[in-house]
Amino acid sequence: MQFMLLFSRQGKLRLQKWYVPLCDKEKKKITRELLQTVLARKPKMCSFLEWRDLKVVYKRYASLYFCCAIENQDNELITLEIIHRYVELLDKYFGSVCELDIIFNFEKAYFILDEFLLGGEAQETSKKNVLKAIEQADLLQEPRHEYFNVPVY
Amino acid sequence: MSDVVEKTLTALPSLLLSVDSQPGSAKLSTSSKLGSLIRNITELTSKHEEEKLIQRELSSIKDQVSSPNTTMRQMKELMVRAIYCEMLGYDSSFTYIHAIKLAQQGSVLEKRVGYLAVSLFLNEHHELLLLLVNTVLKDLQSTNLIEVCMALTVVSQIFPKDMIPAILPLVEEKLNHPKEIIRRKAVLALYKFHLIAPNQVQHIHNKFRKALCDKDPGVMGASLHIYLHLIQENPEGYKDLTTSFVTILKQVVGGKLPMDFNYHSVPAPWIQIQLLQILSLLGKNDPGTSEIMHEILEESLRRAEMNHNITYAILYECVKCIYTIHPKSDLLEKAAKCIGNFVLSSKINLKYLGLKALTYVVQQDPKLALQHQMTIIECLEHPDLIIKRETLEILFRITNAQNVTVIVEKMLTFLSTSEDDHTTIDLVGKVAELAKKYAPDNEWFIQTMNAVFSLGGETMQPDITNSFLKLLSEGFDSVEEDRKLKVFAVNSYVSLLEGEPEKLPQRFLQVISWVLGEFSHLQQDVGAETVVCLLDKLLHMKNSTSETKTWVLMAMTKVCEGAACAPLVQSVCETYSSSLDTVLRQRAQELQHLSRDPALRARVLPPVCTREPLEVDSSLSFLDEFVSEALAAGAAPYKPSHQRQEELAQTKAVSYEPYQLTLPISTTAHTHTPSLLSISSSLSEGSADLSHKGGSSSLKLEGVKRVWGRGGYEAAQVETPSPPQEGGDPSISHTPPLTSEDTESKQQEQQLASSMFLGLDHSSVTLMGKGDSTPSWLKRKERGQTPLNDAQTFTDPQELTDPSPLHVVSPQFPQSPVIANGTSDTEAALALACLDTNRSSTNQLEDRGLSLYLPAELSGLICSEISVLCSSESLELSACHVHKLRSLEMIVFISNSSDNAVQQIQVQLHSEQLEVSCASESQMEEVKGHSVVVRQYSLRVRKPSVHVELIGTLFHPETPQNVQFTYRLPLSSFIRPLTLSTEEYGTMWLSFSNDTKQNLTLVHSENEGPLRATLNVLTEDLHLHVVEIIGMEAIVACRLLQDQPCLMHCRVHGDALAVWLRSPVPELPDCLIYHCQRALQGH
Repeated sequence: MQFMLLFSRQGKLRLQKWYVPLCDKEKKKITRELLQTVLARKPKMCSFLEWRDLKVVYKRYASLYFCCAIENQDNELITLEIIHRYVELLDKYFGSVCELDIIFNFEKAYFILDEFLLGGEAQETSKKNVLKAIEQADLLQEPRHEYFNVPVY
Repeated sequence: MSDVVEKTLTALPSLLLSVDSQPGSAKLSTSSKLGSLIRNITELTSKHEEEKLIQRELSSIKDQVSSPNTTMRQMKELMVRAIYCEMLGYDSSFTYIHAIKLAQQGSVLEKRVGYLAVSLFLNEHHELLLLLVNTVLKDLQSTNLIEVCMALTVVSQIFPKDMIPAILPLVEEKLNHPKEIIRRKAVLALYKFHLIAPNQVQHIHNKFRKALCDKDPGVMGASLHIYLHLIQENPEGYKDLTTSFVTILKQVVGGKLPMDFNYHSVPAPWIQIQLLQILSLLGKNDPGTSEIMHEILEESLRRAEMNHNITYAILYECVKCIYTIHPKSDLLEKAAKCIGNFVLSSKINLKYLGLKALTYVVQQDPKLALQHQMTIIECLEHPDLIIKRETLEILFRITNAQNVTVIVEKMLTFLSTSEDDHTTIDLVGKVAELAKKYAPDNEWFIQTMNAVFSLGGETMQPDITNSFLKLLSEGFDSVEEDRKLKVFAVNSYVSLLEGEPEKLPQRFLQVISWVLGEFSHLQQDVGAETVVCLLDKLLHMKNSTSETKTWVLMAMTKVCEGAACAPLVQSVCETYSSSLDTVLRQRAQELQHLSRDPALRARVLPPVCTREPLEVDSSLSFLDEFVSEALAAGAAPYKPSHQRQEELAQTKAVSYEPYQLTLPISTTAHTHTPSLLSISSSLSEGSADLSHKGGSSSLKLEGVKRVWGRGGYEAAQVETPSPPQEGGDPSISHTPPLTSEDTESKQQEQQLASSMFLGLDHSSVTLMGKGDSTPSWLKRKERGQTPLNDAQTFTDPQELTDPSPLHVVSPQFPQSPVIANGTSDTEAALALACLDTNRSSTNQLEDRGLSLYLPAELSGLICSEISVLCSSESLELSACHVHKLRSLEMIVFISNSSDNAVQQIQVQLHSEQLEVSCASESQMEEVKGHSVVVRQYSLRVRKPSVHVELIGTLFHPETPQNVQFTYRLPLSSFIRPLTLSTEEYGTMWLSFSNDTKQNLTLVHSENEGPLRATLNVLTEDLHLHVVEIIGMEAIVACRLLQDQPCLMHCRVHGDALAVWLRSPVPELPDCLIYHCQRALQGH
């Protein structure tokens, strides 16, 4: 996978994860173009897009679009399911997730994504394992950090 | 997930409350500042306000991060806000360094945010990343699992390539960690290393095998990423693992994995799909390996029956695999049925994948397209463009001479509505290709190409116009047919220009100008005056670019004939003679002079019928003599422009006469005096640099008249027997689509189908063998190839010494007498040679005789032909050179044909470009009667140049005068392959400063792609080493003896091979390019 973008129906970017090294300018350009293209598509249309030399797979959940760019030989359907699995994970973690959860806790959404996809490849496909890893990290730290508020120079 | 509640912005306030009020949870952290920032932003109405707010926010973040009183906890909060601002598109690069600091100094939770910020902010080339290495190192050694996990996570995403060795042992160690999550992340980190620096992890390939056998399916799944990549690069190396992969797949499919890995009750679909991808790579073109996987493929097909996306994903991969590996008929049948389910599905995503599967299946099995023809027709009218696009792709692949008109029409209709540049470029290229291959007649061809040019606009690939013009100018074998085609083109363009030329793209106008310039005289009805008038109209159009105007002026130069045009031409000349554009001004000057002087014009631009076919020696070898004379006369050697510029930059002094030093040579080495060139080569843009690259695009050579051909240059035109039939098979029916009067759409569709799928049910051989089954329409003269093969067309002096056909000596005569560096029985040798009665040329006889005298240790090596250097009295000197791996040996044969021995013969060799060392100590030789003495010299290049020359003197006591001789050999004799890895190549590449870029012609071959075919020719002729081929690119390395490397980077670019050479030796890249051109010319 080359990158993953989450954006709202209004065209606001909510999450971006790039698995290929690109400069900021290029990232912005891609994001802008892709947002326009995807938002212009009608609901009954195909979830796949040929865009430049990439294949774009997108799916809309409520007001959020999840959009992945893959290479041509990759399997489009499994990419759709990757998106779906990610949504399931978010749903489980936040408890009936909505766009606002992702806006206000985007760093959590990133942590979950990193636990699920690493370097653009599915790392752990078991839902239980992913959430276990996230929860462990959350639990271990929460009580501790209160006591270590040392200023840094 | 279906029950995700859509919460709109109106619900925002209450939600925010609920978010804030959740105690203890992670959500608390977002409350304060980030929360208010987000809330404030959503309240804004304009982009401008948002900008102001964020700028304020950023400056406050900036103040805080640099304040020493900020705690790490606050820093974490600031970092989250910075990430948010960055996501909105505002630059917060000042926080990058603090993100690294946070990862380094924060407690676990803060560290986590620090690492996240680093992975989001930086990419793997960012220089700040180096500062992260120590932190990662520390965390990898931590006893806290979470810290180790975080470090591995960040390493798997971004890590500086050069620092991999620093952490590699620690990551490797983690492969044995008791926790599976650590092992899994370690495997993925190694995968990342493998991607960015493959040879750093080469030594741990066996550890990957261990990971593959890991008891945890997650770790095993992670290792599949590495294997998929490894096998992609080298399928041969992993055939032994086939059974393991099959066994794993069997276990997965059989539901042997823990339930956790199920996804919608399908067992581990991600792992299944990866395994299928791996299997298809392993089984490709390998019947034995394919055999092993047949059973499991069948089982996968059978098991995946649930009606859910995920099963379709697996099915699709299965089908792909079945069609990729060595075919098995019953599996194919099942797969075809499966594709049918996809194509017929009402779900649009599945339909799309079905079509996609069809596009690569139709090549093997065109009947499948026939089965689904009605669906294909429906999809052609589908509202979703991507479906249409994929359908056209299928049609493109099933096009043949019989259905081409219908299919091309469909493609053109699609093109006229397409707005996406990428699609347009791609489709236009495909239409042009089909038109070229299958055009039923002239009219259709010209009209289709007109549509291509109008729709393609300026974005079109340049090679489309080039090959079109080439096609037109080469024409048919039959004179009549040829004339018809050209006249039709002329008529069509005249009427286009009479219409609304403003609407035509510039590139099309250029094509039109060229065609009118070249061929309008063939059409008697249209006078030169009319054409000039029409062309003049183009000059006055507002949107005409100066490039187009240049083409127009060139066309006018060719057309203007007779007094009628004179006033118009005169006014055009006056307008453009003072143009600020130098090229235009030059064209105007040419037009003026040539229109006034008919005699000169007739010489420079002879009428087409009298024009001889010409070949352009793009390596400019005919100038070699001139160059060497100039060099001998003390001229400075030619330096390519980039080198001149580099040197200029190095001197750093502003030079007011930049060309003073190099001018005399630079014009000669660039061959043509610009003015001559520009008139004759009607297509090149007059810049000497461009035309120098003529070898790359054959088009540019087409219109070139023979202005600078040497005397003695006689291009032998090989007459190809003209094919009996012209203009397509008469039995072919060009059913125009939808001519029927039927109003019923169903019937129309059927008819469309019947015309579209014509010729598919039978003769699938001609159908798929696109390359060779070119219909008679295009049986053209194979110019540009045949005459060049004929070495006799070259009469330049070097050709005589240039030993082009290198042959391997020695195995021809198994019983050849072994010669111990000296004399031997000549008669025996001659007798042996005479046995070969087929060879009548005495020269060759001598050759063969002498080759027996080659020192034994050189036998079997590549050896040039033996050529005579000089003779004096009864003595004759011949020489050849032998390629040894580490040196180039020159062998001089001194043969004495008289009865008496000749004593005190001395041969001296010296050269400016070469170092010569002699193997034997003695300077004097004695040559007995009727015998041959062999002297061996090893040569080293001191100063590279295209050809190196040895000057020798033969001291002969019996003649008063010493005999002088020269021996020339191409630099390519000194080139040896240089074996290195891609990694080494990369570092070397960066360290070399002398480079050259050039486009070379591609060699086309039936069994290989053009890149491979071209590389084969080059490696064979020039002894290069192909380091790696990646897609359309290749890297190649060689060295000049002894060890001066030269690296070559090749990329297929349209019809040409863009080559970039680099070397530490200034002259080497240019010389090598020359020999590459020569090598490719020969093919």
